[in-house]
Amino acid sequence: MGSDSDLLIRYGPQLLSGLFYTVYICGLANLIAIGLGLAVALLQGLPTFPMRWLCRSYIALMRGTPILIQLFLLYYGGPSVGLRLDAVTAGIIGLSAYGGAYFAEIFRAGFQSIPRGQIEAARILGMSSAQIVSRIKIPQMLVLIVPPGVNQVIIIVKESAVLSIITVPELTKVTIRMVSETFVIIEPYIALAALFWILIEAISWLGSALERRMTRHL
Amino acid sequence: MEVQARPEQRAVAAGPGQAAPIIRVEHLYKQFGPLEVLHDVSLSVDRSEVLCVIGPSGSGKSTLLRCISLLEPYSAGRVYVEGALLGFREVGGRLVRDRLRNIDRIRRNLGVVFQQFNLWPHMTALRNVAEALVLVKRLPRRTAEEIGRAMLAKVGLADKTEVYPSRLSGGQQQRVAIARALAMEPHVMLFDEPTSSLDPELVGEVLQVMKQLAAEGMTMVVVTHEMGFAAEAADRVVFMDAGAIVEEGPASRIFRNPHSNRLQQFLQTWKERNVIDAV
Repeated sequence: MGSDSDLLIRYGPQLLSGLFYTVYICGLANLIAIGLGLAVALLQGLPTFPMRWLCRSYIALMRGTPILIQLFLLYYGGPSVGLRLDAVTAGIIGLSAYGGAYFAEIFRAGFQSIPRGQIEAARILGMSSAQIVSRIKIPQMLVLIVPPGVNQVIIIVKESAVLSIITVPELTKVTIRMVSETFVIIEPYIALAALFWILIEAISWLGSALERRMTRHL
Repeated sequence: MEVQARPEQRAVAAGPGQAAPIIRVEHLYKQFGPLEVLHDVSLSVDRSEVLCVIGPSGSGKSTLLRCISLLEPYSAGRVYVEGALLGFREVGGRLVRDRLRNIDRIRRNLGVVFQQFNLWPHMTALRNVAEALVLVKRLPRRTAEEIGRAMLAKVGLADKTEVYPSRLSGGQQQRVAIARALAMEPHVMLFDEPTSSLDPELVGEVLQVMKQLAAEGMTMVVVTHEMGFAAEAADRVVFMDAGAIVEEGPASRIFRNPHSNRLQQFLQTWKERNVIDAV
């Protein structure tokens, strides 16, 4: 085992760098995906038909195709239509666009589970649609979507492993290189799994804390 | 205050203090698809009058109230609040949907209390009451909360200002909802079966608040199954069945001397049930 821990120490800096990229890309992608999802969920609620159609199409497209193929099209297909991105940027955009569709559905479900009567009460008191969205709908929706939202964040973090295929230097990519350079298989992959596991445990711990905090009034 | 008469009588502008009805409903029809829920309903409510609407479930009384507050757009007919046509504008003799801003302005005269309370669960009792004062009336938060405290005190909940709705009983929640509506200083309060989702022992505290309001001269339209309340507090009672007004009159007359068979039947079942309850 001595040589194996040597191996992890030897690759320590690279693994750390990979971990940094994974955290950085996933953090940013999740933030963008949440913002995008909220925007799509709100736009979908508007009565204008083209907007709703556009939102539905986006969701259908993103949920209906594998993320790997979306990434291939973006990263390898992009240049042929003049879209030249570095791997990290492509990864962030790809992951955000993919996650946004799922978050949009989560938010939509959250909005729908707010009783209509609460909205009617606000309307009759003279609140505008924007006020109802910001003061009545969003605060309640955010509480309702914490569990599925945390779930989605975790899924996106795990999906980020596929970014290795478009050469993003994240954890999985570093590990694959490690394996191919040293021909040691088990330990690097176990280390990779352990790092993801720790990351995700941290997220789910934060999620529980957030849920406790947000449901204090219920 | 400007009290506008119906368009063809606009010349006869009523002045303040004149006994123009505060709500006037003319030949109201409401359809849900093929189902006719309201059929040619006309009624008016005078200032400081307490009008109770009674009738069996599905008779259209809640729908009538929802049409008066335009939570439900009506299919035909007209609703006037303080003389202003609600929900539509007259353009060349035809009715055109009004802009939301105008609807909101006219609706500001109405306070609505719902069967399901419809409090906002993420806000304390005080914020429930103060929120619209800040957002709609543009009062500073501090002033809004002062009014909110006064309103909660008025409904007997001075000690519950910082409590969230989930920690309040149904009766307390409904009283917060009444305080929330009152804070906006409406000219008419519409109550849509305000005690129907309450445990029997909590009904009294809500009715007490409503009686107090009536005594203060608030104009009220109350859709209710509480015959005791109707008999005691109503100036006038309207009995609806199958989407139409069957009979209306002073509370004492309606309960002691019902004319129509349908109302006699309706009151009979209610009396029988009460007898059973008393045994």
